[in-house]
Parts: sequence; structure tokens; C-alpha cells
Amino acid sequence: MKRDLVRVVPVLALVALLLGAWELYVDIAGVQGDLLPAPHAVAGALWDSGALVWRNFAITAEEVVLGLALALAAGFLLAVAIHLSPLLRRAAYPLAVGSQAVPIPVIGVLLVFWWGFGIFPKLVVIALICFFPVLVSTVDGLASVDPDQPKLLRTLDASRWQAFRFAELPAALPAALSGVRIALAVGVIGAFIAETTTPTSGAYSGLGREIVVDAGGFQTPRAYAATVVLFAFAISCFYSLALAERRLAPWNVRRQGGTR
Amino acid sequence: MPTQLQSRVQRPSQEAKRADALIIADVTRTYDARAQKGPRAAKVQALAGLCLHASAGELLAVVGPSGCGKSTLLELICGLQQPDAGSISCPPAVLMPQRDLLLPWLSALDNAALALRIAGRSREESRGLAGELFAELGLAGFEQARPHELSGGMRQRVAFLRTLLSGKPVLCLDEPFGALDAITRSEMQQWLIRTLAREPRTVVLVTHDVEEAILLGDRVAVLSPRPGRVVAELEVELGRPRARTDPDVIHLRERALSALGLGGGG
Repeated sequence: MKRDLVRVVPVLALVALLLGAWELYVDIAGVQGDLLPAPHAVAGALWDSGALVWRNFAITAEEVVLGLALALAAGFLLAVAIHLSPLLRRAAYPLAVGSQAVPIPVIGVLLVFWWGFGIFPKLVVIALICFFPVLVSTVDGLASVDPDQPKLLRTLDASRWQAFRFAELPAALPAALSGVRIALAVGVIGAFIAETTTPTSGAYSGLGREIVVDAGGFQTPRAYAATVVLFAFAISCFYSLALAERRLAPWNVRRQGGTR
Repeated sequence: MPTQLQSRVQRPSQEAKRADALIIADVTRTYDARAQKGPRAAKVQALAGLCLHASAGELLAVVGPSGCGKSTLLELICGLQQPDAGSISCPPAVLMPQRDLLLPWLSALDNAALALRIAGRSREESRGLAGELFAELGLAGFEQARPHELSGGMRQRVAFLRTLLSGKPVLCLDEPFGALDAITRSEMQQWLIRTLAREPRTVVLVTHDVEEAILLGDRVAVLSPRPGRVVAELEVELGRPRARTDPDVIHLRERALSALGLGGGG
């Protein structure tokens, strides 16, 4: 417990330093509050609009969690399929890479046309952005198993499924978790893109939508306050995985240190 | 509790042992080494007209220079490759590869029990069976250790136990002690002899160390450089444990070395 506290000291010190510099800069340079609000103004906006920000945060958090679940399932299953089928690897892998170049606004309208203004089109956008790191790292991880290992398993009469379950799957887990970590970090910006390209009307349509509306409506401190919440959320998503990793792949954490 | 173990771990019965002889007749094996040798297809003949036999319960040591097809021979015996010509008659055989290939995510005990899990036994049952042998074979206390926490000798013990627990009557050991330092290797050789006395199997042990072959084998087959064929077979009719300084051991070593074209050292 005490060691955990010691571990967060450097990041807290850096945050304090950056906030101080920011406050000073706004003060000395006389930047207008609509252009760049000072940290104390952002804190004030967060305090004043706490209920609004909180409700929008709950919406965005739900999108991120469900969207990531979709992305993880899609990325992992596609990776396993590509690993098991060289034909599928040649056919589908290039298209998966290409999917990352598709500008979301182009298909956002289509997604809304198909599924309406609900949460589902947003989950699809988040999944489209986040499945890719999971896919690539899991494919690489599955291929990283020691090339002599199949020979050993064959001599012990293992079936294809047993070779996968005892050797390839655990060998892939550390790499797959790295991909998940990247997906977790980009999931939040994915939700922002999702909310702005497949919009919902009304005051409570997520933090991303709120930021866009506030920034356009001279509510800059509140836009910054919402951004701070997204910022903190992305960090906590990323680090919550470190705890899961310790349980899922303990041999790897002990060897390499895992996420710190 | 060896008696209890006997009934629970699959083990060749006395009647089955007579049919357990390993007979390799005139086996030839050529493989395509394009992958190693650049774009031009290079056919490498690993074995040419190789004949070998091992009776049930015998420890046959196969010694030869590097790259004489020893590993290919073991893979043929284990059915991981098929011969191009000739025939192999052999009861089910299991390979212990040169590298231990322990799975880093499993404890030492679970690694040893891998074959039992693959055979469909439950995790608990597999651990129970492997655990009994663990204690008997000097691994007590290391059940929960992960492979990277074990010394080289301990890793080989666990890998050997994994091979043993496959329940197959023939064990093919590919340079099991090749990567160990001299002191550990000597300890492991004695350990192997003790273990096989307790758990008798037909063993084909491949090594490039002539002395090791003579210290361990009931019989020693000397292979020529590639393509491998048997150039000498030596009966080692000496009691165990054998000392490397024993005149009979030294005599046999010289015979094996001269068969390899390396004799006359003194």
C-alpha cells in the first residue's frame, strides 16, 4: 500500500508542475479565458457543472466499456481465425489493415442510417478503432510460440485444440494484453469520435458531444473540464488492465514487470 | 508408493514387453534443406541404409558426430517423420527434445503432468500422479516453481518426468544432458540410471559424447558422419555405476573413437 503511494508521487509531482506552468502562462501572457482557461477556472467549471459532466461521463463510460468489449471479442476471434487459416490470413488481413484508413465521418452517416441514433452505431465506431491493435498483437502473439513446441506436443499425442489450449493461447496472452492496453488507451478518443460522427440530440449525449457543443458555445472552461475527465478516464482504463494482467499472465508480469 | 503407482500410471506389462523390441531395417531419409541453404534446392541425405535394434528394457546409446542424422533418427522412431525407404517396427515412442521446452506458464508439477492432461485426466488427478514421482525422483519442494526458477539440471528432470508420464514404452532422449555443465551432467547421468532402475523403459539415447554413451548404454551404436549409418556396435557388459576411469570403460571409449576415425589418442 505504502509502495503504491510512493509510485504515484512522480506523476502527481509532474501534474502539479504542469498545472503551475499553465496557470502562470495564462496569467502572465494574459490569454483570454475563451481561448485557454486557467486551471482554476477549469476546476471551477467542473465544480459548477458537476452533475451535467457526471451524467455525460456515465454515458461515455458505458459506450467505452461496451465498445471495447465488442472490439476485444472481434479482434481476438479474428486473430484466432487468421492464425488457424492461412487462406483467411491472406484474404482478410489486408482488409483489416485498410479498415484503419477509413475516415469515420464517411461511414458515420451510414451507421446511423442502419441503426438509428442509439448507442449501437457508437459501439461499432469504437470497435472499428479499437479492434485493430488487439488483432495485430494477438496474431503476432499466437505465432510467437516456440517452433519446436508443436513437435513436443505431437509426441505427447496432443490434438490441434490441445496444442492451441496448452501452448499457443498462453504464449499469445502477453502480446494480446499489450494490444488490449493500446485499445484501452484509444477507446476514449474512439468514443469522442463516435459521439461526434453518429450524434444523439439532447443535453445528455456523452462527454464528447458536450465538449463540441461547449467549445462552440463559448463554454470553454466546461469543455476543458470535460476533457480532464476523459483524460483521467483513459488513464484509469489503461492501468486497470495492469491489475487484470497480474491475474491473467502472472509468469509474464514477474519476468518483465508488466504495466507500471 | 511405487506399487500403487504401478497400477495407476500406464506401464508396459511383462507380456507386452516381448513385442516391445525396436527394429529399424535399412532406413533411408533425405530431406530438402532449401530453407537453410539459400534458393538452390539442396537435398540432404540424413540417413542411408541404417539398421538398428533395441530389445525391450534396453538402453541403446547412439553416438555420432554433429549432424549425422541422430535427431532425424529419433523423430523417425517417434513417428514425427516417415522414412523414404526401409522399415521401422516400434511400439509407441515418445521424444524428449534437445531443449526442455517446458511451458513457462505452468508450474514444474503441471509441466511434468502435461501428458496426463493431454490424455484427458483432470488437473487434480494429473497433479496427484505426477506429484508421487516428483518426490521419488528428487524434485520434492519444487512442485510450484516456474521453469525459469529452476536450474538446468532440474529443468531436465522435469522434462524427463513429462516424457516418462506419457506412458509410452519407448523413450527417445535427444542429447538430454548436452546443455549442462560437467558436474551437473555427471549428476544427471547417475540420476537417469537410478530413475530407469525404478521405472524401466526401452530407451534410445542420442549423444555426441562417446564417454556418456558408454557410461549409460547397455549397447552403443556408433554412427558415421552424414549420411548416418551404423559403423560399430559395442556391447557394454559392465555393472553400474560405471566410473569413467575404469579400464574397461576407457577401452570401449577407444574402440568407439576409432570407429569414428578418431582413435589412437591414448
